[in-house]
Amino acid sequence: MTTVSIRNAVKVYSGGVRAVDRVSLEIRSGEFIVLVGPSGCGKSTLLRMIAGLEEFTEGSLRIGEVDATHLPARRRDVAMVFQNYALYPHMDVRRNLSFGLLQRRTHRGLAALLTPAGRAGRRTETAEIEHRVRDAAAMLGLSPLLDRRPSQLSGGQRQRVALGRALVREPSVFLFDEPLSNLDAKLRHEMRAEIRILHRRLRATMVYVTHDQEEAMSLGDRILVMHGGRVMQAGTPAELYREPQNRFVAGFVGSPAMNFAEGILRREGASIRFTRGDASVRVADSRAPTAPASGEAPAIIGVRPEHLSIAPEGYGAIPARVEAVEFLGDRADVLVETPFGRWTMRIASPSAPIEGATMHIAPDADAVHFFRTGAEGERW
Amino acid sequence: MKRGRPMHPFAAAGVYALLALGTIVMVAPLLWMLLVSLQDEAGALRATVTADPTRLIPRDPQWSNYAESLRRMGSEPWVGFLDALSNSIIVTALVTLGTVLSSSLVAFAMARVRFRGRRPLFLLMLATMMLPAQVTLIPLFMLFRGLGWIDTLLPLVVPAFFGSAFFIFLYRQFIVQIPEALFEAARLDGLSWLGLWWRVVLPLCRPVTAICVVFTFIFVWNDFLAPLVYLHSTEEATLSVALNSFRNQYGGVNRLHLLMAASLATMLPCIVLFIAAQRQFVQGLGAGAVKG
Repeated sequence: MTTVSIRNAVKVYSGGVRAVDRVSLEIRSGEFIVLVGPSGCGKSTLLRMIAGLEEFTEGSLRIGEVDATHLPARRRDVAMVFQNYALYPHMDVRRNLSFGLLQRRTHRGLAALLTPAGRAGRRTETAEIEHRVRDAAAMLGLSPLLDRRPSQLSGGQRQRVALGRALVREPSVFLFDEPLSNLDAKLRHEMRAEIRILHRRLRATMVYVTHDQEEAMSLGDRILVMHGGRVMQAGTPAELYREPQNRFVAGFVGSPAMNFAEGILRREGASIRFTRGDASVRVADSRAPTAPASGEAPAIIGVRPEHLSIAPEGYGAIPARVEAVEFLGDRADVLVETPFGRWTMRIASPSAPIEGATMHIAPDADAVHFFRTGAEGERW
Repeated sequence: MKRGRPMHPFAAAGVYALLALGTIVMVAPLLWMLLVSLQDEAGALRATVTADPTRLIPRDPQWSNYAESLRRMGSEPWVGFLDALSNSIIVTALVTLGTVLSSSLVAFAMARVRFRGRRPLFLLMLATMMLPAQVTLIPLFMLFRGLGWIDTLLPLVVPAFFGSAFFIFLYRQFIVQIPEALFEAARLDGLSWLGLWWRVVLPLCRPVTAICVVFTFIFVWNDFLAPLVYLHSTEEATLSVALNSFRNQYGGVNRLHLLMAASLATMLPCIVLFIAAQRQFVQGLGAGAVKG
């Protein structure tokens, strides 16, 4: 049960590439933190800096009470699960699981073999290691596979061995570097649940990296959305989903992605009106608390597909023409052409219109978001 | 030759004839040596003048020639041969061990340790492969003479522990293909750089090590130049030098049977090794074509 504290972490590679740009993060003991973002956002680099596989250019790291900023990887009490498993191909599963523990024995070398105390200590350690390996194997369903080599295992089995290797070490912090990326969708779903159960059982501090926002939302107690080496927003899955603080997070979290349109924002009494061309949307001013009190401001409206519904023609409804309908079982994704651009809406499949139909749609007034048009795209 | 389509009978016959001819050309000298080694003195003399291959086949094979020739090697019966044999074994074993250990270690550093000047150093090392042994012979001799190592096995053995450019290249090309994540996992498991080399790199490099062992063995066992230059006394001689001295004594045409027997006996370990490790030979020959 260990806290992790990162202060102003910076990583600059030769050539000037700023992979991590002033990231600070306080991870509570037993918390499951997910670092998520597109390729090249710095999430894996930050994870590797925690592991000790990358040096800090600036900033500091504390793991528990220990200043780990410049500690070699093998001296930090962390275990990592890699994307491509990184199992030792020349060792069987049992040996793969026990290898890390064997390197950390206190009774080793000639002294351990030549003295009675050393030999007794070694026997105790060996028994402890075997016990841990057996337990981890049982927990992960690996017991029948202990004598097999990695080449004789399926992808899912290999990933369990990689997980088991971290588990037996009983580290202060578990690190996961996109461990499920190489698995098929069904297996990914199953392993996700297993990781969640593992975390609940162990209550260990876990830092998990993924590019899949759905995975992040389903696993994390808290999520850090990263982009260009910086943290765009940190919060619970619900916070990120309901109150994205900038356009990047709004567009990244949620599937299908949020619909956007550029237009003009104007205050009208206790309301906010967003206009683009002839079409407009009016919502309570609480949806854009920092909108200017008078005058207009350029803005980007954001509405999630699941917050759009078919509405009767009338005040506030936006005209739409159905371009395509994707049937997904109980729901359907409908692509519509509107004055705000081509938008996607997600509705219950019995209500799905036919392609080519014209209709009106309206957003859920409590779920409309407004962002500034600048590069940062913060919330209004 | 396309798979699934049998060759035309004439074409097949032509290919086989060519292969048979090539085989005969390659095997003929060895076969001649074997047949002469089993002759008596008269038979050996006849073998050098006859063009009729059937006359080479001994009517009464003298298998005792092998024991006799090895007994006569060197100044004292059997001692000369046993001294030379033990020296060859010691040199070959130590050089093979040294080459494998040092080449794999240097290759690991070249492949996985990031340090300034790594690439120029690697290219410089590769460039030394262009130097023929004859060019470095004199400066090395002067160096070893200054160290007082002449007429000992040290000049033959010690340089092997400083790496061989060709095998460093081979190991490096192999190690570069090992996923970096494996090394990172091992570092997190608690291995130091040396531990990484001993417990991860060497076990995974078994194919390259097999090639290295086989080729080093063949080269060192048969090496004549270095032992000739550095070893002067008969006690220090290796088999190749002892065989040369034997040739000076027994090279006359009427004693060819003994020379052939001694030569074949000396070659035997290499022949056995080839039969046991054919795959590594072929892999080693194609090793220059590794990708990456």
